Amino acid sequence: MVEIALTVNGKDVTAEVAPDEMLADLLRERLGLIGTKVGCSEGECGACTVLVDGRAVVSCLYPAAKAGGRQVTTIEGLPQDGQLHAIQQAFIDCAASQCGYCTPGMIMSAVALLAEHPRPTREQIEAGISGNLCRCTGYYQIVEAIALAAERMAGEAQHGA
Amino acid sequence: MWRAYLTPTTLEEALAMLAEHRGEARIIAGGTDLVLQSQQGKCPSTVMVDITRLPGLDQIAERDGYLQIGALATHGQVASSPLIRERAEVLALACGWVGGPQIRNVATLVGNVVNALPAADGAVALFALDAEAEVVNLRGRRWLPVAELYRGVGLCTIDSCVELVTALRFRALGPGQRSAYERLAPRRVLALPIVTVAAVIEIAEGRFVEARIAVGPVAPTPFRAVRAEAALVGQPVTAEVIAQAAALAAADAQPRDSATRGSREYRLDMVEALVRRALSQVMTG
Ligand code: FES
Ligand code: FES
Repeated sequence: MVEIALTVNGKDVTAEVAPDEMLADLLRERLGLIGTKVGCSEGECGACTVLVDGRAVVSCLYPAAKAGGRQVTTIEGLPQDGQLHAIQQAFIDCAASQCGYCTPGMIMSAVALLAEHPRPTREQIEAGISGNLCRCTGYYQIVEAIALAAERMAGEAQHGA
Repeated sequence: MWRAYLTPTTLEEALAMLAEHRGEARIIAGGTDLVLQSQQGKCPSTVMVDITRLPGLDQIAERDGYLQIGALATHGQVASSPLIRERAEVLALACGWVGGPQIRNVATLVGNVVNALPAADGAVALFALDAEAEVVNLRGRRWLPVAELYRGVGLCTIDSCVELVTALRFRALGPGQRSAYERLAPRRVLALPIVTVAAVIEIAEGRFVEARIAVGPVAPTPFRAVRAEAALVGQPVTAEVIAQAAALAAADAQPRDSATRGSREYRLDMVEALVRRALSQVMTG
């Protein structure tokens, strides 16, 4: 076993992980953070996307031991003070989720995208979620939702300033 | 599958760990390929030596007249590096095609090379750039041409159980040089290519002065279309000359019939088409 200390959704966590345990399994099976989904287990679908040090990664191919000393953010870490994150709210408002299996991964990719491009073009949104598959929606509402969230977040930032 | 996961913080420590677990230990960086290979029983190593905590290896910088890329630089970093985009665009373009964003954030370019798969986009561009790799083991360091690291499909002369590649380097494109990367794949994201072509070309006074054309994955390793290159140098930049070179490149390819990548005939036609496209792109671009 490997002893690791990491931050998950802002909280310090220590865990004993198996050398070949993947981050997705640590999060889901042992930390109870089942918002992160596992679709393919081979890095092809993006359902398991989480942020490590702010970057989107597929947690099904990311050894848990590698996450030692790093900051991991999952879908559970997005709401603040009981309020959904702007991207989560926009997914609801745009009906961007059907079965919902891809949704946490999509939203985590969108978080990384908007951190890099706060006012993304449609092409940038499409590129940002290009590593996430959705079998239900046809992507249209997902792109709309991310655009809407970007707009709302920019508005809020202006208000706050 | 693995019985230990080690996280050295210096190069010396990493090499010592490989030596201590000789035969069982292997270098892991991003791990996106290695995890899958291990899970599928294709990698016998049971001790992982994770080098992602070694300091300074994620740099992309100009050094001693070369552009140098550290072993931990990811495809995402290379694709978005202003230095690479301006001075070796072919490599930035190639790295931008690998996997999806989440894979590019983790998978390293050096890992792509050491894995030695002929479909590796980054490696095809490195062939066209005449890149070299710095290999470090207990006996010392040496620079080897990237093209010499390839022995066959998935076979790299670097033995990740005793040594590692710490950096890649190549000359930046000169003022008269241009590059292009052409890729054909079933879809734009998360799809291995059917054919890729990387080209570095210098044109002066309407003639080809230099031509470097790398092609993958239509042979056991990426390769340089040397006959096509020779056919271009000294010749005027015309559609006929380009067509002739493209045909020569296809003649050097040895694709197999593939259920996922198409028939041999189709892929030969596509090599020709993509070389033509890359050269035309360089002319007009
Ligand atoms: S479950 Fe990780 S990419 Fe599909
Ligand atoms: S909502 Fe069902 S997979 Fe996307």
